[in-house]
Amino acid sequence: MTPVTAIVDAVRRDLTDTVTLALALPDELPIPEPGQFAMLWMPGVGEIPISYSGIGPGPRVEHTVRAVGQTSAALAAVGLGDVIGVRGPFGRGWQLDGLEHRDLLIVAGGLGLAPLRPVVELAAAGGIVARSVRLFVGAREPAGMLYADDLDRRWASLEPRLSVDHADATWRGAVGPVSVVLGDALGDALDRSGDLAALVCGPEILMSVISRQLVGAGVAPERIQVSLERNMQCGVGHCGHCQLGPLFTCVDAPVVGWDVAGPLLAVRER
Amino acid sequence: MNDRNAPTAEVRGLADELATNSLLGDLRREFLDLLAGCSRNIAFTADERIMSAGQPADRFWLIRHGRVDIEIDGGPRGTIVIDRLDPGELLGVSWIAEPYLTEFDATAVERGSAIVVDAACLRAKCNQDHELGHELYRRFAIRLRDRLHATRLQLLDIYRPGA
Repeated sequence: MTPVTAIVDAVRRDLTDTVTLALALPDELPIPEPGQFAMLWMPGVGEIPISYSGIGPGPRVEHTVRAVGQTSAALAAVGLGDVIGVRGPFGRGWQLDGLEHRDLLIVAGGLGLAPLRPVVELAAAGGIVARSVRLFVGAREPAGMLYADDLDRRWASLEPRLSVDHADATWRGAVGPVSVVLGDALGDALDRSGDLAALVCGPEILMSVISRQLVGAGVAPERIQVSLERNMQCGVGHCGHCQLGPLFTCVDAPVVGWDVAGPLLAVRER
Repeated sequence: MNDRNAPTAEVRGLADELATNSLLGDLRREFLDLLAGCSRNIAFTADERIMSAGQPADRFWLIRHGRVDIEIDGGPRGTIVIDRLDPGELLGVSWIAEPYLTEFDATAVERGSAIVVDAACLRAKCNQDHELGHELYRRFAIRLRDRLHATRLQLLDIYRPGA
């Protein structure tokens, strides 16, 4: 439960308000699974849950942090060689077994690509045993497209379908919600929708829209995995801050099937 | 015997092309022939302005090749692309209802082609044959619903920090 110190190994600015921190993973901490998260602690400021956006090679992990609050802004401002506190890994990650006979759709919106990045890296390296892997990424505008260089180059083999909500004429991808480009692909694959599986991460509204779209196209809810973000604090299911219905999302999630998440997200918060 | 109402070879050719369109392709052949009678093929070049806001909405396009941007003048923000249409998609919906005025600009992203349909001609045929009108408007309603859903998602601005 006590943070261990980790040294910032590298800092890469991804967007104007978003950086990726590479950390040398302390010996005390196990290698995480894709989709899990860590609690990052800025001494004197606070501690927040951040998913792993890179795992390895070796004892090295990455976290992509967007400066939206006091702690995330402090984390986004750290420099090479700085020391931060880390607890984790926590939670349940992406389940990548049983995809041998399935076409895998990876759908990300905005910063939701960060928790999926280790899976995308694996897929681009041919490390996922699936019939096919297709990547769909949405963003607000071209300048908000996370990991744009990776999408262009290192992940080009996945033929990413990119879409932004608004653009200027220099943008070459699609314009509109990522659900629209996904819809085009689903239209092509309707005859084999029973063989589809999906990993979906992004704003909760988007995950709901995409998941309902996939179910409507015939994808079984349990074949759709989403990543839930709640107020994770202790990371071990004791404090209860992250409770969502019967789930402690820091332990039972963040990644859950839509068969579980769908009914829970349909309950209106008061 | 010569049937004066039989479609010409040109109309038959256009109807064959319409039969490949994802939106209208499953219309009965006689309806495709009627639609083709109001249609013609056009080509467009990259950056060509196809549709202009404020102009009469007297036609619509079914894109065959190339992509087309639907744009709005964002003033100091410049031109904002709000949708990008791929081959097979419908460009222009303001002809469906009064006052038949175009709301947005449309510019070709690249060289391409489309079937352009004379809206007044088609409306007249729909008024004469309500089944044709029903079949067409049902299909356009699906496309309009999809665009409405997409637009609502865009308006929610879900990627905004704290959204």
